[in-house]
Amino acid sequence: MENTKISVQDLNLHYGTNHALKHVNMEIRENAITAFIGPSGCGKSTFLKCLNRMNDLVENVKIEGKVLIDGEDIYSPKADTTLLRKKVGMVFQQANPFPMSIYDNIAYGPRIHGIKDKATLDQIVEESLRGAAIFDEVKDRLKKSALGLSGGQQQRLCIARALAVQPDVLLMDEPTSALDPISTLKIEELMVELKKKYTVVVVTHNMQQAARVSDDTAFFLVGEVIEFNHTDDIFARPQDKRTEDYITGRFG
Amino acid sequence: MSVRMNFEHELETLRENMDAMGKGIQQAFADLLSAIALNDLEELDRIQKNDRKINEMERKIEAECLLLLTRQQPVLASDLRIVSSVMKAVGDMERIGDHAADIADMAVRLNGISYKEYAPSMPEMLEETRKILCDGVELFMARDKEQAKEFYKRDDKIDDLFNQVKEELVACLKEGKKDTDACVDLLMVAKYLERIGDHAVNISEWEVFKETGSIKNERIL
Repeated sequence: MENTKISVQDLNLHYGTNHALKHVNMEIRENAITAFIGPSGCGKSTFLKCLNRMNDLVENVKIEGKVLIDGEDIYSPKADTTLLRKKVGMVFQQANPFPMSIYDNIAYGPRIHGIKDKATLDQIVEESLRGAAIFDEVKDRLKKSALGLSGGQQQRLCIARALAVQPDVLLMDEPTSALDPISTLKIEELMVELKKKYTVVVVTHNMQQAARVSDDTAFFLVGEVIEFNHTDDIFARPQDKRTEDYITGRFG
Repeated sequence: MSVRMNFEHELETLRENMDAMGKGIQQAFADLLSAIALNDLEELDRIQKNDRKINEMERKIEAECLLLLTRQQPVLASDLRIVSSVMKAVGDMERIGDHAADIADMAVRLNGISYKEYAPSMPEMLEETRKILCDGVELFMARDKEQAKEFYKRDDKIDDLFNQVKEELVACLKEGKKDTDACVDLLMVAKYLERIGDHAVNISEWEVFKETGSIKNERIL
């Protein structure tokens, strides 16, 4: 678990004149859960999106610095963004299943990447749904619309969809903020399960979630990483007063 | 999939470590009794040094409890009772370990004299203390609330034995035919045994608290 999967070096991001990320350096460990916490607008989601170049299409954006995944700079002109997004999957705050069957939601990515064989697709669908701990709940209605699932199930379906293209890294942007407490705990348990095979990076507004599930935590404040450390240290012995104030709810 | 698998897993680890510490003090006391019987000075020395391991176990369990409370919020009152009762019970276990080491120290000084000749009730007191300590630890691990509620009564016997031993030693001193230092040391041994009984009862009270939220019929949480 000690290997670095993602190495961020002096990353700066400007939206026009707004310096949204300032000199961010971070080593994200492989097969670990790294959580980003911080108040709204602190840059944590922006930073997450830098890890699979989802900010590229934002108008007036300027990104400097390096993001190395497995030692390769994803911002190098030679980098292939399609392959990057296969390697780095993403799950969003609002579950966003495609308006199609459960099966087709999962098979969508593999089909795009050229897999046509039905037996292979069947296998990928089952493995992905199992990997997201939802197979047993949906195995009898794979051909039914994904939109009929509950919110918590839809979110796990989206995780399964991300797993179907066999990523290395899973980025999760507030994956449970729209879910009830039980569905939230299910996703958290799933995250702990997922880190055995994937590197998980999660943005969360729920500090207790970061404390419960993550191995490392980064605290962001107005575009800066104030503190990045093992989660035990961040929550038990924060080094910076601002981190302590934030996690104890004394902020501002 | 069970929710909060992680938390359950950490509680299970806590339980295992607590079990190991309970077995540790049971063993330490059993070893103490046989070392006294055999006047095995080397073993008595080892028992004193072993107390450091028991202290380390206590600190490790306390640290686990605190980290668990720091990271696994929010916790239900029932979970909070489990964690806090463990923190309290390991404190009592640690004291029992200290007293076992103290008795080992006394036993080295007593160096093989017959305890029975000084205080005829002493062998029974040693054995009763062994039993109350084993049963106290076990009912906590087995979460045996019903036995725990009645457990304080067991301590009456230890208290009676303490008074008997004390009277027997006072008689020895008055008689003036036995070694005075040995009488005083044996009185200390009896006091340590009596305290071990108290700590065993405390452990049973933490068990009741863990299951009911009450201590001595007073609702705490």
